[in-house]
Amino acid sequence: MSGKEIVLSGGNALAHASHDVAEYVTTIVDGQLFGIPVLQVQDVLGPQRVTRIPLAPKEVAGALNLRGRIVTAIDVRTRLGLVKRQGDHRAMSIVVEHGGELYSLIVDEVGEVLSLPADRLEANPPTLDSGWRSVSLGIHRLEGRLLVVVDVARLLDFTRAEAA
Amino acid sequence: MDDLLREFLTETSESVALLDVELVRLEREPNDPGLLSSIFRLVHTIKGTCGFLGLPRLESVAHAGENVLGKFRDGELVVTPPAVTLILQSLDRIKSILSVLEETGSEPAGNDADLIERLHRAEHGDFGESGAPAAASAVLEEIAAAVTHAVEHEEAEVAHPLPATQAAAAVPAAPPQVQDGAPAKESAVASQSIRVGVDLLENLMTTVSELVLTRNQLLQILRQQKETEFTGPLQRLNQVVSELQEGVMKTRMQPIGNAWGKLPRIVRDLAHELNKKIELEMRGAETELDRQVLELIKDPLTHMVRNSADHGIEKPSERVNSGKHETGRIVLNAYHQGGHIIVEIADDGKGLPIDKIKAKVIKNGLATEAELAQLTDTQIQQYIFRAGFSTAEAVTSVSGRGVGMDVVKTNIEKIGGTIELKSVYGQGSTFTIKIPLTLAIVSALIVESAGERYAIPQLSVVELVRASERAAEGENRIERIKGAAVLRLRDRLLPLVSLQEILQLEPTAAEDSERFIVVAQVGNYAFGIIVDRVFDTEEIVVKPVAPLLRHISMFSGNTILGDGSVIMILDPNGIAQATGEMIASERNAMAKQEEQATGLDETTALLVFRAGGVGPKAVPLSLVSRLEEFDLKDIEMARGQHVIQYRGKLMPLIRFDNSKPLATTGHCPALVFADRERAMGLLVDEIVDIVDEQVEIQLQSDQQGVIGSAVVAGKATDMIDAGFWLTQAFRDWFGSVDRYVDQTGHSNSSTGRRILLVDDSPFFRNLLTPMLQVAGYHVTTVESALAALELVERGERFDVIVSDIEMPGMSGFEFAEKIKSDARVSSTPVVALSSHASPADLDRGRAAGFDDYVAKLDRDALLAALSETLAEHRSAA
Repeated sequence: MSGKEIVLSGGNALAHASHDVAEYVTTIVDGQLFGIPVLQVQDVLGPQRVTRIPLAPKEVAGALNLRGRIVTAIDVRTRLGLVKRQGDHRAMSIVVEHGGELYSLIVDEVGEVLSLPADRLEANPPTLDSGWRSVSLGIHRLEGRLLVVVDVARLLDFTRAEAA
Repeated sequence: MDDLLREFLTETSESVALLDVELVRLEREPNDPGLLSSIFRLVHTIKGTCGFLGLPRLESVAHAGENVLGKFRDGELVVTPPAVTLILQSLDRIKSILSVLEETGSEPAGNDADLIERLHRAEHGDFGESGAPAAASAVLEEIAAAVTHAVEHEEAEVAHPLPATQAAAAVPAAPPQVQDGAPAKESAVASQSIRVGVDLLENLMTTVSELVLTRNQLLQILRQQKETEFTGPLQRLNQVVSELQEGVMKTRMQPIGNAWGKLPRIVRDLAHELNKKIELEMRGAETELDRQVLELIKDPLTHMVRNSADHGIEKPSERVNSGKHETGRIVLNAYHQGGHIIVEIADDGKGLPIDKIKAKVIKNGLATEAELAQLTDTQIQQYIFRAGFSTAEAVTSVSGRGVGMDVVKTNIEKIGGTIELKSVYGQGSTFTIKIPLTLAIVSALIVESAGERYAIPQLSVVELVRASERAAEGENRIERIKGAAVLRLRDRLLPLVSLQEILQLEPTAAEDSERFIVVAQVGNYAFGIIVDRVFDTEEIVVKPVAPLLRHISMFSGNTILGDGSVIMILDPNGIAQATGEMIASERNAMAKQEEQATGLDETTALLVFRAGGVGPKAVPLSLVSRLEEFDLKDIEMARGQHVIQYRGKLMPLIRFDNSKPLATTGHCPALVFADRERAMGLLVDEIVDIVDEQVEIQLQSDQQGVIGSAVVAGKATDMIDAGFWLTQAFRDWFGSVDRYVDQTGHSNSSTGRRILLVDDSPFFRNLLTPMLQVAGYHVTTVESALAALELVERGERFDVIVSDIEMPGMSGFEFAEKIKSDARVSSTPVVALSSHASPADLDRGRAAGFDDYVAKLDRDALLAALSETLAEHRSAA
């Protein structure tokens, strides 16, 4: 279980050494591009059998078995206040590690790994939705689209979001 | 922190723990040279290592302590309680320095001059603290020490030229092989074991758990295949994994003695503080259990031992006064039983004072006096497990803060354990704790509700019942009381909760389809969980739920099943709590008590005897006027009947068992029943006992003279029909009117009156009917007030109504009001029959319309009340 299992489409093995470059696993949720710091990513999964957990917060989609470890699945759409996925779209998951526990972030699509210069990260625009602002570390301007860098720790902390 | 220091910390904390125990032992056995040397060696090692690692504070304290211990060992100082206290204090200082060292990696700032100064003084025989509280004893010790010192001094001087033999010479009692042998033994043990970090073991356990799960998965796949070449190797794998699992489980096992290590010190300090003499005995310290469980029971155990020492054991003077040895004993005993460990904590102290508990319960509003009056002593004692309860009169520094046994109970129940209490006032208390060996791998029942599967730990499952909302006759039916589901389960009403409802799941199964009820038990509270389906049981590895989900009290963890799916493990405690268990269980308990109370009001004193047949017989003691033992020589015959001259009259004697001829010599016990001027004796074989019991006739009898059978003092006992035996004597003796058998006989002017007897208890109906019949009344009996009103409605009229008060459905009070407000029968006198005949009851009875109020079982009073009431009404009419 390590980053190596991800298909590194960007071929950024060399860039890894540089401190000026941050690597992100890109993902699309409801048309928006997000980036998750690659060092926190453990795995990328296809559609999984998820066990529902009654009484859990609405963002928790359930639990799944990842090679003998129990992983809590988080529905990123619900977490970001987006509409539910329509139809039988086959969702993908990005497994991240936080505080010794594994979480599977259910997203629409998983894209390539991007290496981006760290100093090009821009602050969240003040007009950004406050819910999103709280889980975003900043924005990268890519060619033709914007990438929201996800703060995994904040994304997994719903208590704050619910209180707000 | 470097490895060397870590090693030192582990080793030293072990030594210190050992020292605690050894020093307490030393206090009791001050002259054990082996013990002294071992203590000395431990302190010496600590000192040596500290010096090596450059820990000056630790070194200086240990050094000063070692000097004092050295004098003990060499016999230059006498081991006394103040001396041991001082050493223990040094030990505490060492511990506190160690704990800082562990956290920060360096010694805390500060100095120990005061302690070292005292240790130095102690070296010269002065154990007094500054402002010595035990001045007198200190002086005595000083003298003793001085004497010893003087004596030893000579010896030491003699031995001086040969320092190597000094120790042996100074302690002549010490066999040299003890000193030589002990280290050799230790190192032998040391080479057999290695020190492994707990983390490593935990990781190993997790890995094995995962292996177990994978194995389960493989086996599941195997079951679906018919014949494959994998069968053999997989079975072998299965076996090996099981062995591995067992082995790893064993590495987590620790002797329960590890949780007891601190107790001797605690008890010793307590005893000193409270001026008590207490001996702590620990049995079965080698009994092993999972370290996770061990950690969880450590605090409850410590708390209970403290309680025993503080509240249980009396002061020496009290103990001597009550004829006990002045030293109190606390015994800890641990042993295996099935998959559980039983730990008993027993003391021979004063036991739980019922009166004080009662007072406290009432004061704290946990129950009313009336409720308590119906409870047995054992039931009252259980109140100590209730929140906010503490019996200690004064809050001591030790315990008595009211956060006591309820917390202990909760903690033990949390790990699937139970706690029981037995206590006899004046003799001591015993707590018995039953806990599972391990929490990591448990057997669980897999159930389904609303299409999802859940695991319920087998430990809390009592049984499974199949039921449905619309069941046919004879099947289990889920019934509802204002929406609350219940199930009649044998002798009780079981509250039910629906898993689908409490987990807020979308219902999938049809309303009236068949369900299963998992009967679960949490502490004393039993309840049923309604599920849709039940699968088999599986060994599951409990894994904690993600932190995001910890707040959901319904789940105790989650796991992966053999088929690879994740499943949530239900927590019966959480479910019970979510369904208002605390209130419900109390209500339940109360309902039970009420049931008992209304079942037969209260206990009845019964005379138990033997006569004919094997089983014991019993009769209410209140019906018996005297117990006699007649000399068989004195028994005469008259009109074919045994008689005896008794108090100047001839009294008929009836033999309970007529099968054999009456012996002519010896003595025969008899129960004398007196009925106004008449008396008769019932000859029996043996009078056994008088017991107080709640009488419930369980089996009716068609045997003449026997009402039925009840359980008395734990044995099936025939309740005899006193009325029948009375008529046996009356009919034969008076010979004229057969008032018992022929109920239409009007033998004298005052009889022939019609009585309606209302009592829900068959026992009393059976007891009173013959008695009233004997007195000449026509008796009609009904078992409820409603039935009585029905008779009245049908036009039945009576001269007098006798009614019980406590009855299910309509009470006697309501019944009397109904009668008195019905113009047709309002003139009929109503006599109340009750076991509660307090002035308040009388007033209430009169207010309700009762003409008289008679205590149950007081037959003379009842007959008198009846004739008086009737006479009044006749003259009034």
